[in-house]
Amino acid sequence: MALSRSNWRSVAEAIAIPVGAILAAMVLFGCFCFLYGKSPLAIYGAIYKTAFGSWRAFQGTLLRAAPLMLTALCTALPARLGLMIIGNEGAMVMGGLGAIVSGLLLSYGSVLPTAAQVQQPLGLPPLVVHIAMGLAAMLVGGLWIGAVGALRHYRGVNETISSLLMNYIAIAFLNHLVEGPMRDPSSLNKPSSFPLPEMYKLGNIFTTRIHYGLIYGLVACAIAYVLIQHTTFGFASRIAGGNVKAARVAGLPVGKLAVTICFLAGSCAGLAGMVEVAAVQGQANSSLITGYGYSGILVAFVARYNPLAAILVATLLGGIINSGGILQRTFNMPDATVLLFQGIVFLMVLFSESLYGRFKVFKEPAELTPPPPVTPAGSAAAT
Amino acid sequence: MAVAAAALGWWGVPLGIFAGMLRASVPFLFVSLGECLTEKSGKINLGLEGALLTGAMSAYAVSYLGAEKWGLAPEFSPWLGVLVAGLAGMFLGFIHAWLSQQPKVNDVAVGIAMIIFGSGLAFFLGKPFIQPKAPQLPTIDLGAWSSLPAVQSALKISPLFLLGVAIAPLMQWFFTNTRWGLMVRAVGDSPDAARALGVSIPKVRMLCIIAGSFLAGIGGACLSLYYPGIWSESISSGQGLMAVALVIFARWNPIQCLWASLFFGGAQAVVPALQAVGIDQGRYLFNAAPYILTLLVMIVTCSPKRTLSGAPGALGTINS
Repeated sequence: MALSRSNWRSVAEAIAIPVGAILAAMVLFGCFCFLYGKSPLAIYGAIYKTAFGSWRAFQGTLLRAAPLMLTALCTALPARLGLMIIGNEGAMVMGGLGAIVSGLLLSYGSVLPTAAQVQQPLGLPPLVVHIAMGLAAMLVGGLWIGAVGALRHYRGVNETISSLLMNYIAIAFLNHLVEGPMRDPSSLNKPSSFPLPEMYKLGNIFTTRIHYGLIYGLVACAIAYVLIQHTTFGFASRIAGGNVKAARVAGLPVGKLAVTICFLAGSCAGLAGMVEVAAVQGQANSSLITGYGYSGILVAFVARYNPLAAILVATLLGGIINSGGILQRTFNMPDATVLLFQGIVFLMVLFSESLYGRFKVFKEPAELTPPPPVTPAGSAAAT
Repeated sequence: MAVAAAALGWWGVPLGIFAGMLRASVPFLFVSLGECLTEKSGKINLGLEGALLTGAMSAYAVSYLGAEKWGLAPEFSPWLGVLVAGLAGMFLGFIHAWLSQQPKVNDVAVGIAMIIFGSGLAFFLGKPFIQPKAPQLPTIDLGAWSSLPAVQSALKISPLFLLGVAIAPLMQWFFTNTRWGLMVRAVGDSPDAARALGVSIPKVRMLCIIAGSFLAGIGGACLSLYYPGIWSESISSGQGLMAVALVIFARWNPIQCLWASLFFGGAQAVVPALQAVGIDQGRYLFNAAPYILTLLVMIVTCSPKRTLSGAPGALGTINS
């Protein structure tokens, strides 16, 4: 939405209402902190300092924002077509599994390498392995959510509930694999798969401690934005999201659109799983269940399904998650504080949805007053 | 229970599943009845998971504080906990009911927000109660006739189970035989007809969602004060979310909610029962069985051409 003289009011509304909602949420959360006997100002100060206070702190924030950008797309893309997908966590876990399986196969030739195989890795160039892992993760995640879209279109299964159930199935599948068929016998306390060789781990950008996952997130959001706003595919999806019947009458392939967009959405979340495996964990275990999937839903909502806004919102939320540790250590608050804050923000943002069009300030004056008065308002009232 | 079941050999498996049916089904029963009532009025409440967790936390906290700090009798304080759990559920239900009836607000999205908010609230306030031991709800021992300890422990039934079993047919009777029940069904099936009758749709939905969340809160109390009888952050394995699927499984019929809850409770007990006789392979896959089963049932019974039989007509429509 480019700013021009005619639409500045709606642009101002689209910015003011979410910002107002977040401010209201901060006031409410401040009340909780106050009840807990902590100064809200000190807490917000600490959050700001640990999340955005210095370049080093901001790097930590960006690290957490990267997977959020990707998982947010998993909800935001299908939402443009009117589908409410909340299977982000499951798709991310499945993507992580796809990445580790392909990564181990390409480095050792087996997911359960023998000692001899570990000694003699295949030695493929890291770039090849990274691309293969990314593609495998996107394929698995895409099929996972694509199935949800297909079930919705061909069987009428509610996509919200099926994607939710599939989260649990994916997590159970992960636990089953790392405790049984894929378990590294040397992982005793925390059953895990074999680790990726160090050379195939996703590196950092230049001298920062930010891994390349951030680039993936930014690029994916940019591509998603162009796809939705500036291609015929995106246009058709938005039509179908606005009115399915009209789209069918116009001859749009609604089913194909739904399955395709679900596949793309799932592949974004799957890529987040690959980043988690290749850059953070280095192996697959229960740490893959990060909660980034559920937070991604929140990001998508706050960004109003706009992929570019998702970058900004993901950075904000990444900052809040980043500061969770400091709240625990310095202020002795429960670790669920961040979760509570997210819940309050979510509720406030949803409430703000009903406020669009209710403020006179943001309405075009032409809609308020009947056409003629071109004269200044004061003299018009006087006559 | 595991040791006792082992002494029984293979007979321990069906007994363990039966015991699980009577125990693990209780939260399912309450939450699914609450969800059933909510959906009958035409709104969906995914946020019952939040109400369940908040209920579990507040029941445990009140039971503990009542016995240790406020000097209540240990027989009485768990019951106060159950009541407070219901009230806590009602509080969350009120937020959901109010928010989901605002114009342009999607009730599914509100439900997801309520899951995050409810679990955040429960974990935030419940942190100090993870360590202490709270007095538990009493049980009714129906197994005194047997000399086998396994049978005795299997037949320790919670009074809340009996309450839930009683509520199911009552709710069915409420829907089919009372004027108020008819109003709820009218609001859920064809809001226009209800409006023509002069029924206030927001009020009916508000009451149904609040009452449904009350039941979900009590379901949470079953978790923390009966089985498994502890308060921790991983106490719910998604029972509140599964309730939504369970209600579809039961075709929006309270009596069938009872059978479905027993079935899901039994399914949850399969893994521990098999572990007791030494079968430990694929336990995660077994744990996922209820989810897979629900998904399969939905795939088989749904159709793109018509809505499910028994589904309230206004379910899933957006507020004007």
